[in-house]
Amino acid sequence: MTSFMLNGKQVSVKAAPETPLLWAIREHLKLTGTKYGCGAGLCGACTVHVDGKAALACQTEVSAVAGKRVVTIEGLSPNASHPLQKAWIAEQGQVMKAAELLAINPKPSRADIVRHMNGNICRCGTYTRIIAAIERAAREG
Amino acid sequence: MTRITSPHIKSQGPEVSRRSFLAGVGGLTFSIAFLGDGAPILNAAGKGDLGVTAWVRIGADNVVTIFNPSAEMGQGSMTALPLIVAEEMDADWTRVKIEQSPVDARVYGNPQFFGHQMLTVGSRTVQGYYTGLRKAGAQVRKALLTAAAGHWKVPVSELRTEPNVVIHVPTKRRLSYGEIAAFAKMPVNLPEVADGDLKNPCDFRLIGNKAIGRADIPAKVDGTAIYGMDVHVPGMVYAVMSRAPVHGSRPQSSNAAAIKAMAGVVDVVTLNHGVVVVADTMEGALAARKKLKVEWSQGARAAGFQSEKDLDGYRHMMEGAAAGDPVTTKGNVKNAMAAAVKTYQADFYSDHAYHAQMEPLNAVAHVNTTGDGAEVWAGTQSLDGARASAAKALGVGVDKITFHPCYLGGGFGRRSWSDYIEEAVLTSKAMRRPVKLVWTREDDVAYGAFRPMALQCLKAGVDKAGNIVAWEHCVIGDGRSLLTSGIRIPFYNVPNQNIELRGKSSGVRLKHWRAVGHGFNKFAIESMVDLIAADHKIDPVEFRRRLTRHSPRALKVIETAAAMAKWGTPRPAGRALGIAFAERSDSLSAGVAEVSVDRAKGRMRVHRFWASLDAGQVVQPGNAVAQMESGIVYGLSSMFSERITFENGRVQQSNFHDYEVMRMADAPEEIHVEIIRNNEPPAGIGETGVPIASGAVANAFFALTGKQIRHMPFTPDRVLAVLKA
Repeated sequence: MTSFMLNGKQVSVKAAPETPLLWAIREHLKLTGTKYGCGAGLCGACTVHVDGKAALACQTEVSAVAGKRVVTIEGLSPNASHPLQKAWIAEQGQVMKAAELLAINPKPSRADIVRHMNGNICRCGTYTRIIAAIERAAREG
Repeated sequence: MTRITSPHIKSQGPEVSRRSFLAGVGGLTFSIAFLGDGAPILNAAGKGDLGVTAWVRIGADNVVTIFNPSAEMGQGSMTALPLIVAEEMDADWTRVKIEQSPVDARVYGNPQFFGHQMLTVGSRTVQGYYTGLRKAGAQVRKALLTAAAGHWKVPVSELRTEPNVVIHVPTKRRLSYGEIAAFAKMPVNLPEVADGDLKNPCDFRLIGNKAIGRADIPAKVDGTAIYGMDVHVPGMVYAVMSRAPVHGSRPQSSNAAAIKAMAGVVDVVTLNHGVVVVADTMEGALAARKKLKVEWSQGARAAGFQSEKDLDGYRHMMEGAAAGDPVTTKGNVKNAMAAAVKTYQADFYSDHAYHAQMEPLNAVAHVNTTGDGAEVWAGTQSLDGARASAAKALGVGVDKITFHPCYLGGGFGRRSWSDYIEEAVLTSKAMRRPVKLVWTREDDVAYGAFRPMALQCLKAGVDKAGNIVAWEHCVIGDGRSLLTSGIRIPFYNVPNQNIELRGKSSGVRLKHWRAVGHGFNKFAIESMVDLIAADHKIDPVEFRRRLTRHSPRALKVIETAAAMAKWGTPRPAGRALGIAFAERSDSLSAGVAEVSVDRAKGRMRVHRFWASLDAGQVVQPGNAVAQMESGIVYGLSSMFSERITFENGRVQQSNFHDYEVMRMADAPEEIHVEIIRNNEPPAGIGETGVPIASGAVANAFFALTGKQIRHMPFTPDRVLAVLKA
């Protein structure tokens, strides 16, 4: 049994300690906004925030977040009001990774964005739009 | 970006679509079915022969519900199709609610496909449904006008509509569609709609409106959109499968009994092509599968397949007397080639490519306790096909399968095959419990179904004026029509052509991939065109102007892309431009890539990309640009790094570390797309960016270095080898 804060609520998961946080969130707690993409830390689809820092849920054991604050796309903002959500980025992992960037660097350069986001694959190839959305969120956020 | 007023949309959860119909909400319901010729018929819903199915429902609350029959995989069809209906019925888009239609091809099939399948493939969705849905929308509008005229006792000719409102022009009285729905009775015979009843495109409010965005986005930005993998059913257990490492081999024996004894394991089910481990948690299923040992049968046909060696061997198939299967035969190539003042010959190679849709394959199935029916939840491009496959797997009629379409986390052609759905059904059948069957990324790669590798042998003859007068193109490989898509050159003025296919079976799993064969065929064709142009010292754009001089629309996309890129003006040091033209799903496009190469590392980079598009009437121009950008990046990705290889029939790659798809750092810094507006019928857009990307990159490299790379992808080792040669 592991207890942690998930999107501001105390939750407990009855899963083996080494269970990836990804399956704990998606399948045990049925909060499915966090996506499975590769299971190997290669694509970023499962990005969540643990105590404010982006983490790959597929590479994080559930026991490692005991007592910590985990935030998923569902809990990023009230009513999807985060500037990145208002910018219509449709991939949860991209939003969560970009949200971390804006939290630590509110006015990122293009190079900052690329460096920060390069671990997150967008198979639909919307990279130029993601960059533009982050820049816009930084301007308007 | 324009802020978008989106229609209210329920999350496309499993329960949404069917139940809301069956319950009904009062108001008017319209049923529309496509006849064999693609024309719609429309009649009152209720107890008619079309049962509960419907396309449009107008509630007394003035909400217009329009049903989407297509798969939504991020390409935007679920918005585009209802938008067409809304346009002609003059619906207020902010009052439109989109719901997934039931899976019934008789009513909701795409008239463009044989058998009206509910198949979202080949960029055929808007194209196929466009006219029928316009007429359907117009018919709804006509019925509303008739009802309002009867209510006011005035002639229909004194009425007009504004979004969701009928107006009596002389008295300025108004009735909302919802108010009409509250009193109107559907006429037994709905009004006929002729072509003249359709709007003049210059009066469109919605079609072609750049401000209208995709209806699926709001649920995706907050994480509530339900993809196949997000489905939860009470009592559900988790399944992962060990599949044949070589396609065609069968499980002979396994340690199933030992696995079944593990804590948390619910069952082990042996299927024809593998062994499924079922556990009460996802992590439990994965852990148990690690301990699973399967003995596989030997001697599968694919077992001898060595992709690299076999690709080299394809060249031998051009020798000897046997001819290929003709694709296009025009004029007399033999004579024209003999009479040519100069001939050119070049071979182009391409490797297998994997779809790599972000959401690995998965399905949820619940076979009932008597084993004669099931509910299935999955993201699929083949909605009725998936339902039929589930029925077949279970050995029951289609009516025994309740199918719940979910959002797809990408399809790219992979998800029009229902193998993953059959697996879930068969596993649930063995257990009579709801099962979520998940492919890991490694499964998705290892048991992938790939764009086939190919060898393209091209030969061209040129007359003394520099015109191409003879053209031979033979594609060699496995996959038949997967290889010949995009091999024709209908917009190039070449009088004598012989285009053919030589098939060689490999026994491995192959499938449509975004733009199918266009990616590698246009790579070869467009490279050949530039080879000839360069030898004649003719500018590649000018050479294509000559080739397309009898095809004004093709000429225009070429001229447009060249102008966008300021073709002919100096580039930054170390960069060059390349152009390619392609047709795909009736749309025409040209792309220009600005490329540099790191000569030490062999890495190429596309800095900027310009593309033109003529896709006839474009329903959603904003989304069309997004689709083009997406296709271009997908095409570039396959051009630079994507490569599946086989040894002894086994796929050698396993995940994104060794099957590399384009990442942000390698994407173009700028992509510019210009849509050429006209009122021609809509054409497909979702794949057109792929072939222009491969051709433009190849030609830019040629322009930059004077050398051609003739094997895609252009991996650093291949780039370095060509530069050194």
